[in-house]
Amino acid sequence: MAAASASGSRGGGLNMVLFYVFLILFVLVSVAPLLWVFKMSIVVKTELFASPPTFLPQNPTAASYGTIFGDERFQKALVNSTIISGVTTVICLFFGSIAAYAIARLRFRFKSIVMTLILAISFFPGVAIIAPLFLQYRTLGLIDTYWAAIITDTVFALPLTVWILVAFFKELPRDLEEAAQVDGATTLQAFRKVIVPLAAPGEFTTAILTFIFAWNEFLFANTFLFDANTQPVTVVIPNFATVYTVDYGAQAAAAVTVTIPLVILVLIFQRRIVSGLTAGAVKG
Amino acid sequence: MTTAQPEKKRRGVLREEFGNPERRTAYYMILPTVFIILVVAFYPILYSLVLSVTDSNINVFGSFVGLENYVNMFQNVEFREGLVNTVVYTVISVFFEFIIGLAIALAINRAFRGRGVVRAAVLVPWAFPTVISAVMWRLMFQDQVGVINYVANAIGLISEPILSDRTLLLIAAILVDVWKTTPFMALLLLAGLQTIPGDVYEAARVDGANVMQRFFRITLPLLKSAILVAVLFRTLDAYRVYDLFWAMSNREVESLSTFVYKSLRVSQLLFPTGNAAAVFIFVTAFLLALSFIKVLGMQTSTED
Repeated sequence: MAAASASGSRGGGLNMVLFYVFLILFVLVSVAPLLWVFKMSIVVKTELFASPPTFLPQNPTAASYGTIFGDERFQKALVNSTIISGVTTVICLFFGSIAAYAIARLRFRFKSIVMTLILAISFFPGVAIIAPLFLQYRTLGLIDTYWAAIITDTVFALPLTVWILVAFFKELPRDLEEAAQVDGATTLQAFRKVIVPLAAPGEFTTAILTFIFAWNEFLFANTFLFDANTQPVTVVIPNFATVYTVDYGAQAAAAVTVTIPLVILVLIFQRRIVSGLTAGAVKG
Repeated sequence: MTTAQPEKKRRGVLREEFGNPERRTAYYMILPTVFIILVVAFYPILYSLVLSVTDSNINVFGSFVGLENYVNMFQNVEFREGLVNTVVYTVISVFFEFIIGLAIALAINRAFRGRGVVRAAVLVPWAFPTVISAVMWRLMFQDQVGVINYVANAIGLISEPILSDRTLLLIAAILVDVWKTTPFMALLLLAGLQTIPGDVYEAARVDGANVMQRFFRITLPLLKSAILVAVLFRTLDAYRVYDLFWAMSNREVESLSTFVYKSLRVSQLLFPTGNAAAVFIFVTAFLLALSFIKVLGMQTSTED
C-alpha cells in the first residue's frame, strides 16, 4: 500500500474512490461525537428525549447555553482554566527554552542522564505522587490555590516542552550564533539575541501544545483544588452530571463550550501541531 | 588514567566540567528544569515509598509496619479488580489503536487533495480533554437520551442500559480511548513511514517483490523503532488511566489509578493501602518502560 503511494496514482479510478470513501468515513468517525453532542446542546428538551432520536435539530435553541453561561461556577471555571494553563505555559516555555538550548547546542557531560530524567517524567504515573504532594502543599498552604495546579502541571508538561524545543533548536543554522560569538557575545547573549527570535515559530507551536496539555489536565486539579473559586473546567464539568441531573442539554452545552477553543486552535494550527508532535517523538 | 585514584579523578571531572565556561553555562541553563523535576516528582516518589511501609494517615505520620500495607493491598478486592481492568483495558485498547493507526498511516502516506481536512479531523479527538470526551460519550451512552444506547438496543446488541453494566462500561471505555488516541498513533507511525525513502520500494519492486512482501520485508522492519516508541507511549499512558474511568463510569468501575485516588483522597481508612498501590503502579510502570526500552535498544543496536 505504501509502495503504491510512493509511485503515485496507480490503479486509477476505483482505487481513488475507495480511498476517499475510507477517508470520509475516518473523518466522520473522528468528528461525529462532537457534532452529535453539539446537536444535543441546541435542541429543545422534548426533542432531546424523543425516541427514536431525531437526526437534525427541529427547532434549534440556545437555551442550554443560556443556562450554563448564566452559571457563575461555569464562568469562574473558564477563567480558572485560562489562568492555570496560561501561567503554566509561560513558565514551561521560559525554563524549557533555556534547558532545551543547552541540550541542543552545548556540550556537557551527564547530558544523557539529564535527557533520561526529563523523559522519565512523561512515563510517570501521576497518582504515584499525589499523597506526598498533597501533604507538602498542605504544609505550604498551597491547597486550593492556582499554584498547586500550576506547579504540578509545569513539571509534567516540561518534558513535552523541552523535547519539542530541542528538535526545533537543532534545526536552526549554527553559523549565526557562531558569528555572534565571534563578535564577542557570550553564550547567553547569543541565545537571547539570536536564537530566541529565530525560534519564535517553534516556541509558538510548543506554547500551543503546552497550553492544550495544561488545559486538559484533570488528576492534579481534582486532587488539590476543592474550592470552586480555583477549580478548572475539567473538574467542574463532570460534576455537572450531579448538578444538572436531567438537564442533559446543559451538560452537552458545557462540554461543547470548553472544546471549542481547542477545536479552533487545531483548525488554525494543524500543520504546526503535527510537526511539533512528531518532531518530539520521532527524533527522540 | 587507569592508575589514577577514583576520588581524584572525580574531582578532576568536576573541575573540567565547571572550569569550562561553555559547560558551566550549560549546567546553569538546565538547573531550573532539573531542580523542579527532582523536587516535585522524584522526591515525592521516595516519600511515597516511605509512607507505604508505615501506618501513616493523612494527618499523622505513623510508625514502620514492614510490608503489611502491600499484603493488605493484594488482599483488597477493589485493588485486584482495578488491576485486572487496567491490564485488560491497556492490552485491548493499545492493540486496536496500533492496528487501526497503522492502517490509517499507510493509507494517508501520500499526497492527496484534502490532506489538511484529514489532518485537522485527526487532531480533534486528540485535543479534547479526556474527561470531557468521557462526558460527551456518556451522554451518548445514556439510557434516556443516548443515541448509541438507543441504536444498540434497537438492533438487539444489548439487553440492559450500557451505563449500568460493568463489562459494557469497560468496553465503552476502551471504545472511547480507541476513538481518542488512534489519531495520535497514526500520526507517529506516519512520521516514521515518511522517513523510509521511496527508492527502497522501487528497488524491491524491480526485484519482483509483491505488496505483502514489501510490507513485511521492508515497511515493518524499517518502522520497528517508530512502532516501539508509539506503542511504549500509548501503553504507559493507558496503564495510568484515571480520567476516563473516573468520569465515564461514575466512579463504579475501578482502574489502578482510580483505586489509588479513592484510597488516598476519598477514604480515610485505606490511606496506607493506597500508598502501597501508588508505589506498585510506579514500579510496574517503570519495569514496563524498561522492558520496552531494552527491546528498542537491541533493535537499534542490531540495525546500526
